[in-house]
Amino acid sequence: MVEFTLPKNSKITKGKVWPKAEGATNFRKFQIYRWQEEGGKNPSLDTYFVDMDTCGPMVLDALIKIKNEIDPTLSFRRSCREGICGSCAMNIDGINTLACIYGMDDIKGDVKIYPLPHLPVVRDLIPDLTHFYAQHASIMPWLETKTNRPAKEWKQSIDDRGKLDGLYECVMCACCSTSCPSYWWNGDRYLGPAALLHAYRWIIDSRDEATGERLDELEDPFKLYRCHTIMNCAKTCPKGLNPAKAIAEIKKMMVERVV
Amino acid sequence: MAFMTDRKRANGMGSAKEGTHHFWSMTVSSIALAILMPLFIFNFGPMLDESYADVQAHFARPYPAILTGLTLIVAFTHFKMGAQTMIEDYVKGGARKITIIAVSLLSYAAMATGLFALASIAL
Repeated sequence: MVEFTLPKNSKITKGKVWPKAEGATNFRKFQIYRWQEEGGKNPSLDTYFVDMDTCGPMVLDALIKIKNEIDPTLSFRRSCREGICGSCAMNIDGINTLACIYGMDDIKGDVKIYPLPHLPVVRDLIPDLTHFYAQHASIMPWLETKTNRPAKEWKQSIDDRGKLDGLYECVMCACCSTSCPSYWWNGDRYLGPAALLHAYRWIIDSRDEATGERLDELEDPFKLYRCHTIMNCAKTCPKGLNPAKAIAEIKKMMVERVV
Repeated sequence: MAFMTDRKRANGMGSAKEGTHHFWSMTVSSIALAILMPLFIFNFGPMLDESYADVQAHFARPYPAILTGLTLIVAFTHFKMGAQTMIEDYVKGGARKITIIAVSLLSYAAMATGLFALASIAL
């Protein structure tokens, strides 16, 4: 049965309140989820006060400032700091998004930061994405061809290339999949919006010759049809993509094959 | 603990190669119900508080009788399939199969009861 409450060892406790920096006046309060395997304690919500006069505008700027100046043990992933790598995906102010492109001006009150929901936590804001990546690999995210390789290149018309817009931009940050209730309840079998968006990206690629096999692999009550068009994926995608539409297109193609 | 690669866990038992029939049937029955339900409500509603003889005469006519029969069949078939989807969402393991069987039986029983009642009135 679906679990509607957190397991006992995942219940969040009140954490440490870190002292304010001396000399600063323009503080913003941050409440950040902390957990580490060592020690066997429950997760906690630590409180930090960041001097906004010396901090950049994005949530990631504040996290880096906290790590550099207040608490070097705070752990989170980050890399490109411009919304391209997808590393700094986390739940900020109740929304799954990328910390590097989410401005603090958009948040009212305290800034609350948690790891992406419903995934095992490795440490602090770092979720375990192993299964998510394995699901992505299972949809064969590469060009599959049977015709002999052409002398120069696989050609594609401008129109056919245009069909990939809105799909190829996905950075696999996992914001969409971890915002999807179906993925929360059945993530072990349901592929989730990110993997399905990538599946559709290859299904409609005019150069790909494995369309039938790809659809065969997806035709499953759990892998594909757990999507109930809840649309959380489209609402939360930090890149403005619409995985729900991609999934609907796959379903349409499935019907096209039988009716 | 199982020593299993991530990819094997993600692949599971592979594709069931079905689900489209269920999806298409739900789509078709949704469209049918969008038409049937308003017709049924406007047909059934005026009979409330009418005498037994009037109700019997009303449902003995072909249009109300066929409309009611169709609504019962389509609505409970749709309910059965929709409930199965919800059970698959929220119930796991062996309980999932038992619940699906129970709800399917309940749906068919409700459909049969309705059809029997209709036949008793109309015939």
